[in-house]
Amino acid sequence: MRLVVDLNKCQGYAQCAFLAPDVFAMHGEESLIYNPRAEEEQRERLARAVAACPVQAITADGLDRVGEVREAPDGR
Amino acid sequence: MAADYVEWLRREGRIVIVGASLAGLRAAETLRAEGFAGELTLIGDEPYEPYDRPPLSKSVLLGMASPHHTELPHRWEIDAKWRLGVAATGLDPTAKRVRLADGDEVEYDRLLIATGVRARPWPKPEEARLDGVCLLRTCEDAADLYRRLKAGPRRVFVIGAGFAGSEVASACREMNLPVTVAERAGAPLVGALGGVIGAVAADLQTENGVDLRTHVTVTALEGDPAGRVRAVHLSDESVVEADVVVVSLGSLRNTEWLQGSGLGAGPRGVACDAGCRAFDFRGIVTDDVFVAGDVARSPHALFGYQFLSLEHWGNAVAQAETAAHNMICHGAERRPHLWMPAFWSSMFGVNIKSVGVPPMGEQLMVTQGSLAERRFAAVYGYQDRIVAAVTFDNTRWLEFYQRQIEIGAPFPVEYPTMDRRPEGRQPVDARFPDPSLPTHGPMVTLSGYSPADQQLVFHPARH
Repeated sequence: MRLVVDLNKCQGYAQCAFLAPDVFAMHGEESLIYNPRAEEEQRERLARAVAACPVQAITADGLDRVGEVREAPDGR
Repeated sequence: MAADYVEWLRREGRIVIVGASLAGLRAAETLRAEGFAGELTLIGDEPYEPYDRPPLSKSVLLGMASPHHTELPHRWEIDAKWRLGVAATGLDPTAKRVRLADGDEVEYDRLLIATGVRARPWPKPEEARLDGVCLLRTCEDAADLYRRLKAGPRRVFVIGAGFAGSEVASACREMNLPVTVAERAGAPLVGALGGVIGAVAADLQTENGVDLRTHVTVTALEGDPAGRVRAVHLSDESVVEADVVVVSLGSLRNTEWLQGSGLGAGPRGVACDAGCRAFDFRGIVTDDVFVAGDVARSPHALFGYQFLSLEHWGNAVAQAETAAHNMICHGAERRPHLWMPAFWSSMFGVNIKSVGVPPMGEQLMVTQGSLAERRFAAVYGYQDRIVAAVTFDNTRWLEFYQRQIEIGAPFPVEYPTMDRRPEGRQPVDARFPDPSLPTHGPMVTLSGYSPADQQLVFHPARH
């Protein structure tokens, strides 16, 4: 699954790093690093991370099976 | 008649996007999301589907991501014809045709130029060809550099301490590799953030074990008989042995293919209006050619209508969306590209973010935290207004400063905040380099005609 984080929006709340630690990691106090290609077995965790991000900075594709995480077409 | 044309275009017109990276992809998605039902073609010189570049100098070098797997997720089904691995080599705006490197021609009704930038190569070709001399812009560059770093070189030498070079140096230190960084200015990040903040970045580097050399230039790269780089010669006559050299001298805009097209395109990008429509060389706006992303140069209302070229991830997204929208709607529904410039970087575990246009600032105030703690917010002032802000590990405050820039808040500032320190009470010179001196090419280019202040013309590096 491909994903991208809008790091202009990201404010380092680290919810993703708690919910999907194999995909997202904090690097220092508030920098986020992540793997833009998540393994298939991360699907559920990734979907939770996308939903939990307080600033909705994560866009992922291939998550349709787990519900409403697809971003609006003009989503920023 | 014009209304009919737009309706026809939306239904069955042909739109060609040259440049298949972030801006090209987001534009294609927006076109489809807004109802474009015609034929869509994306042309890209790299043989890869659109991928994200920021991770290449961060997650990839830290071993957390594969250089070949940073492809961008698609937000919308774009149903496009892809022409990947073939560069556009020419444009005939009268015949409305794009020429390709393989001799093919692609006709369009409306065109979007999103060809971006490429890494500025080391200027001496025979030295640039030495094994171990690397650039970092494409996924192949990243794969090559990562492989070389993993092999455990004795020393890595980074030429240029902008954001990319500093991020490479940071990754080297995480891998426990000895690294030397050479910078022509007095500190890292000076072109983007000025000398006051640059001094903080310099401390970060040296404390993390980087051998930082400032006020020096590289005069030669020396190879061994087998054609591998083995040493770097500096203008202070010192010689540093290194077996990986990363050339990080900024970027060049991909506009050569537009030579002879009559568009206002050159080393500083393709000029366009606030609605992303390209100007021709006479300064007259064109009807069917649009521009977005790193290659665009457009006037920004918040910054005195200066033409800004922004090599920023967020600008590529926002400008692509605006360009795509404007390409398929009637004149009155067009939107201006009013995106607030913003970027991020991360090095040595510190999150650096900015909004506005720091190089426009003449003075600086540290409004929260302190430079010594590497955790602060600072604002840049120009002509009694806040024009930019930067944070080190203080990102949650940035939105506040963005609003201040948007409302034209006065500078110097008087925020009664708890975190205000004595050092931030008085504005100081932000210490940007003299723009009349040659540079490696700043991230933001301020230029254009302003009757009130004509000396604000910027001279970017020669090509």
